[in-house]
Amino acid sequence: MSEVLFVLFAVVALGGAFGVVISKSPVASLLFMVATLASVAGIYVLFEAHFLAAIQVLVYAGAIMVLFLFVIMLLNLGHDYRADLKFGLWSLLAFVVAGLTAGVLAQGFMDVADTGFREDGAAVAAALDEAAREQGVAGVIAEPLFTDYVVAFELMGLLLLVAIVAAVVLAKPRN
Amino acid sequence: MLLDYSSSFHYVLALLPEVVISVGGMLVLIMGVVRKRERGHTAELGWISLAVLAVAAVANGWLYSGVSEAGATAMFALDGFRLFANWVFLIGAAFSIVISLAYVDRQRLQAGEYYSLILFATIGMMVMAAARDLMVIFLGLELMSIAVYALVGFNRRDRRSAEAGLKYFLLGAFASGFLLFGIALVYGATGSANIHAIAVAVQDGAAPAALMVPGVALLAIGLAFKVAVVPFHMWTPDVYEGAPTPVTAFMAAAVKAAAFAAFLRVFVVGLDGVYNQWWSILWWLAAITMVAGNVIALVQSSVKRMLAYSSIAHGGYLLVALVSANDTAAAALLFYLLIYTVMNIGAFAIVISVGNQSEENMSIESYTGFGWRKPVMGVFMTIFLLSLAGFPGTAGFIAKYNLLLGAAESRLWVLSVILVLTTVVSYWYYLRVAWYMWMKEAPEEAAAGGPGHALTPFATHVVLFVSVGLILLGGIFPGALLEMAADSVAGLRDFMAGPVAGN
Repeated sequence: MSEVLFVLFAVVALGGAFGVVISKSPVASLLFMVATLASVAGIYVLFEAHFLAAIQVLVYAGAIMVLFLFVIMLLNLGHDYRADLKFGLWSLLAFVVAGLTAGVLAQGFMDVADTGFREDGAAVAAALDEAAREQGVAGVIAEPLFTDYVVAFELMGLLLLVAIVAAVVLAKPRN
Repeated sequence: MLLDYSSSFHYVLALLPEVVISVGGMLVLIMGVVRKRERGHTAELGWISLAVLAVAAVANGWLYSGVSEAGATAMFALDGFRLFANWVFLIGAAFSIVISLAYVDRQRLQAGEYYSLILFATIGMMVMAAARDLMVIFLGLELMSIAVYALVGFNRRDRRSAEAGLKYFLLGAFASGFLLFGIALVYGATGSANIHAIAVAVQDGAAPAALMVPGVALLAIGLAFKVAVVPFHMWTPDVYEGAPTPVTAFMAAAVKAAAFAAFLRVFVVGLDGVYNQWWSILWWLAAITMVAGNVIALVQSSVKRMLAYSSIAHGGYLLVALVSANDTAAAALLFYLLIYTVMNIGAFAIVISVGNQSEENMSIESYTGFGWRKPVMGVFMTIFLLSLAGFPGTAGFIAKYNLLLGAAESRLWVLSVILVLTTVVSYWYYLRVAWYMWMKEAPEEAAAGGPGHALTPFATHVVLFVSVGLILLGGIFPGALLEMAADSVAGLRDFMAGPVAGN
């Protein structure tokens, strides 16, 4: 059952990602992206990472995508950009390169699947399950976030501040 | 004091320079909003930023003696490599701010945002040099990159600045994707993002090659984009040319230094065990970069663009140190980064002066007879150019010589020969500027406001004097600096020595 679901989610995720790239309308691209993000959330559920799945749906598929959609609709782009979207020789080459890269990566994953994963993988998974029973799934993420990874967390805050400053600087009307 | 990160306060101590600059950066940001933004009043924000950097420099000096780390596995390194790299970033940021003072004022850029973004980018660089965790390296890289994307497109009245900003942003985001995918694969193969844990897993052969090979390749591509080596250099000339010139100086020197610091720690320390998998990739990148960067620089008519290609070529020289992957080469890389930062920003300071603190007079013809009209600055520019070319007697020569020593230790003869030959080629385009400055008659109409005017504030003169002093010192008496660089990398690569268990 879960294998069938995984294949379903994986196909939708990949197809959606493909759709984002090749569709000519930004709104269509965005809707494809929602499909991709939602299927990735589904894959998280299959991995029993329920908290991550919920966050994925709430933040990405929900909030951020709705914001994107609003902005695109409010900007009311018109259709001038369509002439610039060409699928020439370069995009063909790009698809060939992307396909080859995907092939190499797929080959790598197949090899790993054949030879088996890390020996201590089962032990790590058991420890995680134990921790999740004790602290709850959110606790397993939250505790290291505010202890071992607290500086990375703070850096993330700084990164967001810089991104906001950068966006405001570039978006402000010229004076 | 021994830091084992049992309490959060230890992080504050270990990251004191970063903490100082982030507080200072926010202060500058707020002051930029509060104070009136009239022309002539923006420089004080720059001076405050310099004061922040000075305090951070004191903190960095204190880290040498005040604290030490337990083991060598923590997320943030407290080793000589990081502290030496921090000096490079602090000097790069301080010099860039000084040469920006008049430029920002004249171009009516928003000073508060401008200086705070430089400070925030500096934090990102320091984090990249300090991080012993791929995730933290990525965060530092993004912190630096996002600040620099905005700085490149900062001049809203200049179309080329906006174009350069967008170009850099799109390609940079694309490269970040490669890096992140590489990090994910290496994490999948080794089970950790910690560089020492990766080093141990790789050494043991526990990491499946099927994941490591594409992971390492993607990491190399992502970082190669950031250090702008051929064939991932396509963005560089346009971005360096379009960006405000002080930002170009900052990018060519400090941003490149940070990317190389992270490159070294990830590849030479973390992936040392799979040297056989990556050395040939970097070997070819280094060879192609040295040849292509120098050859294309030959035909540039804009000095700014010539310096952009020259920075690509220097990226190729630095890659030789990575391929060498020994302590001599690591020390040579640090020394080179310091000297390169100083001489490159010095050269850009003169480009900005000749451009009258704007984007004028970028063509090489603008330098006709410049040496005779402004003898002191002419001599300084000549010294910077000779040092960039690696002329004996300047620090650039000693830096290249040490790179060659590192390469010889790893028996990279072909690469060494390419380095020497391309250096000889580079003499042509560096000395061509000097030839225009000294050997060509100035046109009669060079009057006030023309190229010969060379608007140079006092603070820029100070930077020029310090840079020239460092270059001559490093060229004639390099002993102390070289020793410092060698001490800084001591113990960087023997990761098995410390207690690896635990983290």
